[in-house]
Amino acid sequence: MLRQPSRQSRPGECALEAKDLVKDFGDTRAVDGVSLAVPTGSIYGLLGPNGAGKTTTLRMLLGIIDPSSGSRSVLGRSRPIDAAPEIGYLPEERGLYPAMHCRDAIAFMGALRGLPLAEGRRRADELLAEHRLGDWARKPIRTLSKGMAQTVQLLGTIVHKPRLIVLDEPFAGLDAINQARLEELIRSEARGGVTVIFSTHVIAHAERLCERIAIIAKGRVAFEGAVDTARAKLRPIVRLRTRDEDGQWRSAIPDGARREGGEWVFELPASGPEPLLKALIDGGAGIETLAIERPGLHDAFVAIAGDAAAKAMAEETPQ
Amino acid sequence: MRQLLRSAWVIGRRDFTATVFSKAFIFFLIGPLFPVLLGGLFGGIGAHVASQTEQPRVAVVAPAAEFEKLAAAHVRLTEAMDERRVIEIIGVVPSGDPQAQARDLLRSTERPVVAVLTGAPDEPQLTGAVDQGGAVAGQVAMLLDSAQSEARPLSVTTTQRSTGSETRSRTITAQTGQMILFFLTIILAGMTLSQLIEEKSNKVIEVLAAAVPIESIFVGKLFAMLATSLVGIVVWIAAGVAALSMFMAGGTASIPEPAVGTGAFVVLTVIYFAMNYLLLGSVFLSIGAQASTVREVQTLSMPVTVAQVLIFGFAALAVGSPNSGMAIGGALFPLSSPLVMVARAAEEPELWPHLLAILWQAAWIALVVFVSARLFRRTVLKSGPVKRRWWKRAAA
Repeated sequence: MLRQPSRQSRPGECALEAKDLVKDFGDTRAVDGVSLAVPTGSIYGLLGPNGAGKTTTLRMLLGIIDPSSGSRSVLGRSRPIDAAPEIGYLPEERGLYPAMHCRDAIAFMGALRGLPLAEGRRRADELLAEHRLGDWARKPIRTLSKGMAQTVQLLGTIVHKPRLIVLDEPFAGLDAINQARLEELIRSEARGGVTVIFSTHVIAHAERLCERIAIIAKGRVAFEGAVDTARAKLRPIVRLRTRDEDGQWRSAIPDGARREGGEWVFELPASGPEPLLKALIDGGAGIETLAIERPGLHDAFVAIAGDAAAKAMAEETPQ
Repeated sequence: MRQLLRSAWVIGRRDFTATVFSKAFIFFLIGPLFPVLLGGLFGGIGAHVASQTEQPRVAVVAPAAEFEKLAAAHVRLTEAMDERRVIEIIGVVPSGDPQAQARDLLRSTERPVVAVLTGAPDEPQLTGAVDQGGAVAGQVAMLLDSAQSEARPLSVTTTQRSTGSETRSRTITAQTGQMILFFLTIILAGMTLSQLIEEKSNKVIEVLAAAVPIESIFVGKLFAMLATSLVGIVVWIAAGVAALSMFMAGGTASIPEPAVGTGAFVVLTVIYFAMNYLLLGSVFLSIGAQASTVREVQTLSMPVTVAQVLIFGFAALAVGSPNSGMAIGGALFPLSSPLVMVARAAEEPELWPHLLAILWQAAWIALVVFVSARLFRRTVLKSGPVKRRWWKRAAA
């Protein structure tokens, strides 16, 4: 029988580490020297457009495929399969046996990770009830809607109470309500000390959930670190509306500022807000509104991965 | 190793229950029984039709005393042969011109006859729609001979079997054993392959590959289908025994006993089936790992199936001469070894060659499963057209 691992996080440790991972498929290099460090107990996002190498990276980290070169460590083990009982994985392409009943599918996924089948069925009943699918417990997967089947697979991913949850594009195909539920589930697992890593091409999810991110473009890590650090790569944005159209104060507006709907929009000068405010007031601008906004993750992404990658991500995001 | 076996058990258990408790399995079980049922049905219909068909009737124009001798000879003939194959005779008292009487009898529709016998016993003449040397004329000649001589009592000593009958029945048992092994293995290896393709197409394979060692997926699937087929074999054997007990005089005792004995033969057949299936199933699974559609599977598995047919033909040559060079060569070649040895079990009584053969085959299975599992691991999660990959590799 499986020894159930403790879900307690060990601060300071990395749940998942990758060093210079490379994966070649024939003549094509899908992943080119990816290095990551996912702190234990954190929510970590892999951001990038489709084809950037996110799924291949996750598959290598989980041991589903072997890297062409580089090393990885999952929950302290160099062979990811040795840590399998402590991992939950939701692949991008969802896969369930259509004839299997929901509770059996969840219990089977738990059994694959070492959870006894009877215990898996008991937990499956609880989880299905918690997620308003109690009535479907004994119905075959093929009778479920796509969103419901996705929820069942997600429950199968967490039924054995893993220490590390890996989700590949978990929000794809979900409606807004189910996306919100999934976000809450991720937060709830993280509150319990579980490390969650997920890939997405929707920046908003990463922005709302993640403490740390890796931005992957063309198989390479363009940025890896805290979300705040990514944002800090850009200067804050100033939005200014004045009563006077012109005057001495205009010398305080930096080159490159643009007009948007009657407002001046520009990056906060490196000298900070105080000299700017002083120059505007002394110059008689007649400030109506002045906002200093921190740049969003989207802006940081554009600055880091480039406009082309951002446009590709935007096109993939369902409207 | 412990994790591999535990994971293989989880995979195998799911595959086994999913297969055995499916509607398709019912068809799988009754499929092989169909030919037997149809054979019985049409055999019964044929027998019924045959019983309705009257035998050729011959009128015997002879005095009563002479006809009685012929009738007694007819009784002896029908006792010795299948009654349905013996002509029927009716006695007619002579009246005037025998030729005219024969013509009248042949024209009569009241009790139609195919021929009329006149002039017996001294100058017998058969007139009618019969050929010289045909069955009717031949039987009439036998009746005339038998009627003229006294039947001599024949003393009979019954033995269990003769060498001739035993050799013949054991050869049939050997051939039947090979046929069952061959067809069952081909069907089951194909079924395993279909399941794998289904899993690849519904993307479950990635869930499995992330959770357990890929080798355990391979081993679990292989043994699940073996267990499934053993359920089928038990059902078929039980059905066969029941059918024999119901429809054959003597029941299972009427089956010719194989050289190693019936019990040992059944055990060896099951073992050799398992060996044959594991060898072929491993090869088929590694093919399935490379293919992503049923069409690709069909293309890739065809050479293996053709090779298997050739091996079956090679193994069949060993039947009837279990100690020949051909038979020993077939027993040594791993892919034909189970087929040759099951035939040997029917024909030769020694058990020790089977022990050696089983060990030899087990060693090959370990090797084939190991190599196939490695190949399976390398290719199962790849996608894209196989031919192109091969072509590209060849071109590189």
